[in-house]
Amino acid sequence: MLLTITSTHQPASDLSFLLHKHPDKVHEVEISTGKAHVFYPEVSETRCTVCLLLDIDPVGLVRRNSGPRGNDFALEQYVNDRPYVASSFMSAAIVKAFSTAMNGRCKDKPELVTVPMPLEVELSALPVRGGEAVVKELFEPLGYTIHLQRHPIDPKFPEWGESRYFTVRLSNTLTVQQLLSHLYILIPVCDNDKHYWIGQQEMEKLLEKGMDWLPTHPAREFITLRYLKHQRSLANQAMEILLKDEVSEDDEEETVEPEQKLRIHDVRLQAVRDELVNAHAKTVVDLGCGEGKLLRLLLAEKQFERILGMDVSYRSLEIAQDKLKLDKLSPKQRERIELIQGSLTYRDKRIEGFDAAALVEVIEHLDEPRLAALEKILFKYAKLVDVIITTPNAEYNQRFENFEPGQMRHNDHRFEWSRAEFQQWGNRIAEQYNYNVVYKPVGEEDPEVGALTQMAVFKTRNSL
Amino acid sequence: MANNNNIHIPELSLVVLMGASSSGKSTFARKHFKPTEIISSDQCRALVSDNENSQEASTDAFDVARFIAGKRLKAGLLTVIDATNVQESARKDWIRLAREYHVLPVAIVINMPEKLCVQRHETRPDRDFGKHVIPQQISQLRRSVRHLKLEGFRNIIELRTPEEVDAIEAIIRDPLYNNKKEEHGPFDIIGDVHGCYDELVELILELGYQHTEGIYSHPAGRKLVFVGDLVDRGPKTPEVLDLVMTNVKAGTAFCVPGNHDAKLVKWLKGKDVTIAHGLQESIDQLNKKTPAFREDVKQFLDGLISHYVFDGGNLVVAHAGLREEMHGRGSGAVRDFCMYGETTGEIDEFGLPVRYNWAAEYKGKAMVVYGHTPVPEPQWLNRTIDIDTGCVFGGKLTALRYPEKELMSVPSQREYAVSKRPLHKKEGQLSLQQQHDDVLDIADVTGKHIVETSYGHKITIKEENAITALEVMSRFAINPKWLIYLPPTMSPSETSKLDDYLEYPTEAFEYYRSVGVEKVVCEEKHMGSRAVVIVGRDENAIKQTFGIENEGIGTVYTRTGRHYFTDKKTEQDFLLEVNDALEKSGFYDRFQTSWVCLDTELMPWSAKAQSLLETQYGSVGAAAKQSLHSAVAALQQATTRNEAVFSLLQQYKLKQQQTTQFIEAYCRYCWPVHRLTDYKLAPFHILATEGKTWVDQSHEWHMENIQLICEEAPAVLLSTPYKIVDLNNEASIQDATNWWLSLTAKGGEGMVVKPFDYIHTNKKGLVQPAIKIRGQEYLRIIYGPEYTTPENLNRLKSRGLSTKRSLALREFALGVEGLERFIKKEPLRRVHECVFGVLALESEPVDPRL
Repeated sequence: MLLTITSTHQPASDLSFLLHKHPDKVHEVEISTGKAHVFYPEVSETRCTVCLLLDIDPVGLVRRNSGPRGNDFALEQYVNDRPYVASSFMSAAIVKAFSTAMNGRCKDKPELVTVPMPLEVELSALPVRGGEAVVKELFEPLGYTIHLQRHPIDPKFPEWGESRYFTVRLSNTLTVQQLLSHLYILIPVCDNDKHYWIGQQEMEKLLEKGMDWLPTHPAREFITLRYLKHQRSLANQAMEILLKDEVSEDDEEETVEPEQKLRIHDVRLQAVRDELVNAHAKTVVDLGCGEGKLLRLLLAEKQFERILGMDVSYRSLEIAQDKLKLDKLSPKQRERIELIQGSLTYRDKRIEGFDAAALVEVIEHLDEPRLAALEKILFKYAKLVDVIITTPNAEYNQRFENFEPGQMRHNDHRFEWSRAEFQQWGNRIAEQYNYNVVYKPVGEEDPEVGALTQMAVFKTRNSL
Repeated sequence: MANNNNIHIPELSLVVLMGASSSGKSTFARKHFKPTEIISSDQCRALVSDNENSQEASTDAFDVARFIAGKRLKAGLLTVIDATNVQESARKDWIRLAREYHVLPVAIVINMPEKLCVQRHETRPDRDFGKHVIPQQISQLRRSVRHLKLEGFRNIIELRTPEEVDAIEAIIRDPLYNNKKEEHGPFDIIGDVHGCYDELVELILELGYQHTEGIYSHPAGRKLVFVGDLVDRGPKTPEVLDLVMTNVKAGTAFCVPGNHDAKLVKWLKGKDVTIAHGLQESIDQLNKKTPAFREDVKQFLDGLISHYVFDGGNLVVAHAGLREEMHGRGSGAVRDFCMYGETTGEIDEFGLPVRYNWAAEYKGKAMVVYGHTPVPEPQWLNRTIDIDTGCVFGGKLTALRYPEKELMSVPSQREYAVSKRPLHKKEGQLSLQQQHDDVLDIADVTGKHIVETSYGHKITIKEENAITALEVMSRFAINPKWLIYLPPTMSPSETSKLDDYLEYPTEAFEYYRSVGVEKVVCEEKHMGSRAVVIVGRDENAIKQTFGIENEGIGTVYTRTGRHYFTDKKTEQDFLLEVNDALEKSGFYDRFQTSWVCLDTELMPWSAKAQSLLETQYGSVGAAAKQSLHSAVAALQQATTRNEAVFSLLQQYKLKQQQTTQFIEAYCRYCWPVHRLTDYKLAPFHILATEGKTWVDQSHEWHMENIQLICEEAPAVLLSTPYKIVDLNNEASIQDATNWWLSLTAKGGEGMVVKPFDYIHTNKKGLVQPAIKIRGQEYLRIIYGPEYTTPENLNRLKSRGLSTKRSLALREFALGVEGLERFIKKEPLRRVHECVFGVLALESEPVDPRL
């Protein structure tokens, strides 16, 4: 909420001309979320400091209802850090309070506009997602010297660890216009929060301001990406309402798995598709279809006459519907595929009678005791001919760098099994429900720890 | 049939009118049936083509007629088809439809003279087809009349002259023979007897019947109901038959036929039957009786009705059970099902056909009592029960008392026949219902649902809320067998009229007085996490009651059905402490139970809400503290140059002060947990124990009984301070208000005000089961550090409570309903429906600060 800019350019008081703000006055400007005050704690020939102090109206933030619809019921919207940190509100205040400077105009001393001068900046509380490295990645290429101080969440509870707030001091020799444009863009990038109160258009405007330097900035892709991210979906908001205090927001985010991840996921899906093709299945169901990557592969195979995608996440189904362009399929193609919300812990007559089912990286998202239900639903009731299940091979985890023992590949994984554990489970099921089962590695096989992913291919003995 | 100028037809039938054009079918139908009962082919043609004579539209019109008729028959409504129906092919479809819905097809033939039809035709200008079709139709009709019985019509009424038609005064609808809805019992339903006369008499006497001259009557007016299979295998088939026949005739008993009885009839009728499965014994025994007796038996058994629907439709008795859609219906298929059940076509290890488990899919409201398949112990499954306990195979003869649902049995005197399938009970197995409940059906929870509750009437669950609840339930919730209850949300008091307060006790007391509550209980509100605690004496108690194995002696779950403890061992260790206190306080014995479900608050808040504290409260505190410190310092420095900054400085100093208070507020509810005793559990409701919910007790009772438990384990259990307030006594109110002030001055969350009785209703229904009044400092966590600044507080005071209050009532009603269904041992899907409903309602958008 507090931005301090200090100039040691001689005479330092030139700063007030550049900013077009009289040093002996307290200036107040209206911004959409409250007010901003500009004042000078220090003005001398050698040193001039200007403060931009935000005065965000915490109640008005909510009441103004300027955010996208659907946000209104998350508790975090009411008690949040926005009034106290440098965020996109700060950018909005910079452009409002220092518009002439940002536009490179100076009525009284136009010659100053292009003069690089030694400037120091202090942001009292800058939220940074990604920590110190991100600040450096963003500001160092622009020539800044950086001094950071990170604050603990609560000194009374050291076990809570560090907060994401830094007091940031930056120094550089550059024009005031450049400085403001850097801050204007990079403050929200550091913050990277969900931009509840800033419309999409406004975000795009922000990006335009950086056209002079952004195209050559080595982190330009990162910067752009952070702008376009975090459009919260309605479905997820409903979840957040429901779980309020119980799920940390990181639940949705994949932990960092090695780079091969993207590739291995494709390999996995292709392997599953091949199994389904080889099984001569005509009707298949993808249980836990997510955003429909496997469904896309299956649609391309004429062999499959009926394809059902099921997922418990309604949001994922919406995305799948979109990505598979189901609305644009010909009526004949459209008839082949259907998406339904369903769960692997409830018996579902809609999946009964299919030839085959695939569960790609699904079982590990269920609490282990709940597998008893899944097992019955799949093998006792659905009476499928072929069932293909993939799951991480926990033994492989030791090949990942920076992986702690016992750590799992995804926050939502409830367990990860070794090959022996998976096979023990699979063999018991096969025995109990009269199936044959074979196990196959997916991806490159390490002689010691096996492949990244393991796959079980069940075939009923009843049809033999 | 057409005697006394009245026609009799079965109350549930598909009436197919037949007759040529202009024979007067529609007029006849209009005279004798309700307009909604008549489906006219002309009208259906008009619906699909705007022209009721359009022959091209006939196929589509028939589809419409068939669809409507199907829906009506499914709902058990008599339906009349008004069409010419002169060709067999047209009638065949109606016969098929009647069979599909197990209703009786009735033919009413309006067979009028040709001249009359033609004459009428000519007076109707709307008929644009030639009159030549009429003679053709009449000849088709006359040719088919005598085949109608063969085609499958049960009742055939033919009217040959206009005079005959006019003479009919009414069509009388006879109740179906199986309809005994007006018989309300009480009943004693007796399983397969198979000639075990001695055991039967012993059982009937034990049931309290008195015997005079062959008639068994009960002082309480009870009646016997036999599920069939009276005969074969056993030693005294004729005696059993005599007893049953005499009592049925006397009106003291009912009897439905079993497959053995049916086969005996065939033999008695002289038909060729394979003599097996104990029929020989019956034959030998009956051959010693008089021909007259055998004739009586034949008449009696042949006249038995496939099944009975008793007590307003609440009880169905059929030999092999009956699917819901067949209750009270009549068709060959119904009769077959009643006597033989359904088989899957597979043969089991003992060479017997595998029976299709219709009861597993049964979702009807009526209780279905049946026999047919010998079982070691009768077990409830989805409101059905098989009471054939294999008396003739050396088991026992069982009676089910209705409506008490009590079982009574006498052991067999000896093994009269050897069962192919051994009758041993497998020890240690879960009950049938518990096994069945291992898997719930998604169709019972998705989509729009209406849940009927005893206190909140019908509660609608919207589809979009069910979508969210399904995801949460599937991804995060624990084994649904544990989830017998989810706590309802709680509304705060109306906003205070006092300047400095958002909430204050006055409004809560006023609310309760306004809804007719005279006495309330105020309980200190603990700031932790709401937790439901289920604990059993041992794992066996859990297995018996919940059908859960290997998951410990209980569980602790959150308000969304998740594990409270992420670590199983901690959970079980914690429950051992609670169990210990329950044992020591004599709770289990006092409540005659081996388990309990408690509604509690589990502290510290930080133990469960850690991520929320770190990412939100702690973070806001850290950010505010740091930035306000810098801001105040900068402003302070600026004041030396510029007086105008001074008022800003004051404002920011206030913000700084508020931030400090905010941090202090949340810190009060945080402490690290290293060992079990760092947790504090404060129970406030004893929700349920074996066979009982405790919602009929006052909150004072709950507090007192909980205190007894808490005293035994003060290290982990916390009894909640409370006060009883007389709302007609100002001093009592003032005392409670002062108490609240002192609690909140110490930083407490506040208090909860509840009506003295757990459930309080007035003319409008339930009143709020609880209202919270939160302290000023606690509310800082909810409304933000700066909420007390007057301009903020004034704006925050406009808040609407109606959605929250309505939700609180609906969730409360669902919560209680779920518990009651659970203790009545209803199928899990019925309990789950309530719990799922609470979760779904919780996803409704409502201001989370309330």
